[in-house]
Amino acid sequence: MTEYILLAISCIFVNNIMLTQNLGSCPFLGTSKSMDTAVGMSMAVIFVLVMAGITTWVVEAAILKPMDLQFLRTVAFILIIASLVQFVEMFLKKSMPSLYAGLGIFLPLITTNCAVMGVCLININEEYTFLQALISSFCYATGFGLALVLFAGVRERVILARVPRPLRDTSIGLITAGFIALAFFGFKGMG
Amino acid sequence: MAKSLTQEFVKGLWEEIPPFRLVLGLCPVLAVTRSVENGIGMGVATTFVLVCSNMLISMLRNVIPQKIRIACFITIIATFVTVVEFLMQAFTYPLYLKLGIFIPLIVVNCIVLGRAEAFACKNDVAHSLADGLGIGMGFTLSLAVLGAFREVLGAGTFLGHTVFGAAFQPFTFMVEAPGAFIGLGILLCLMNIASSK
Repeated sequence: MTEYILLAISCIFVNNIMLTQNLGSCPFLGTSKSMDTAVGMSMAVIFVLVMAGITTWVVEAAILKPMDLQFLRTVAFILIIASLVQFVEMFLKKSMPSLYAGLGIFLPLITTNCAVMGVCLININEEYTFLQALISSFCYATGFGLALVLFAGVRERVILARVPRPLRDTSIGLITAGFIALAFFGFKGMG
Repeated sequence: MAKSLTQEFVKGLWEEIPPFRLVLGLCPVLAVTRSVENGIGMGVATTFVLVCSNMLISMLRNVIPQKIRIACFITIIATFVTVVEFLMQAFTYPLYLKLGIFIPLIVVNCIVLGRAEAFACKNDVAHSLADGLGIGMGFTLSLAVLGAFREVLGAGTFLGHTVFGAAFQPFTFMVEAPGAFIGLGILLCLMNIASSK
């Protein structure tokens, strides 16, 4: 049991997918301009990443590995993620319209979120068991959401500040993200 | 289509240089630029994928049905990424180990898909080739510059050679994740200053 709790903590804080591994930077900078979009994106990522993590793990274990087709991993995984996103979108639209209205616009963006593909590959590279893969997918996604919401909060304040012209917008955004990453860097000491 | 091949090529080097002008494909930019060598390796791998996928997509642009074009593009890109992965495994194994998970992740690099969607599926093969090469070189250049900035400050070396004397105390945080954000932020600011004059 302790092992799973440690895995969870390590995925959320110590190896935070965004702030220490730099995966998923595009949506991180793109959807952090307001708190609402940040929360929406975080929810969508958690939802899709858990499903993608499980599906790709099963495909790897049940199809690619026994048939020695691991060289097809990149192609297989990206197609799984793309079709999964499409499928989730159709399913939500039909059965949970309120959730769809909340997540709607963020879902298609997730296909090109490297965090999703990255976590699926990490699960395989680290040779996680099914349960570990499930925990790591959920916790990496939670860590991403946490970082995104924190960053959006800071960024809403930065907009009000008087920033020198050349530093405006993306530039100051990146530097702000750097300082948050520096704060998360402190968790490294826990390992 | 009025632009010449040279213009298509050159625009990737300054006018639309990724990731500074097109803020896309940041993940590899931030993650692999711990050193100049990694940056150049990643840039060259991405350029290869970009050029090949741009050409193939441009050749097939009249065959691919409009509705499922994104899925087709992704499959083509993923195939070339797999090719690059094996080439690097065979010829540059130490670099392959250093870049690790980021090589398969070229497939989700928004720049590659972005060029396929915005350029290759609308233009002929020669122009797509020039565009892919230009954007790819621009990307490599950016990665090399950011890599140099971080390596020199963070480790006191350039391509593994010591730059400063023994008294230099490196800013270790520059080669870690936080330095990636701050380094890119500062370079972006310098670029804004340079182009506003």
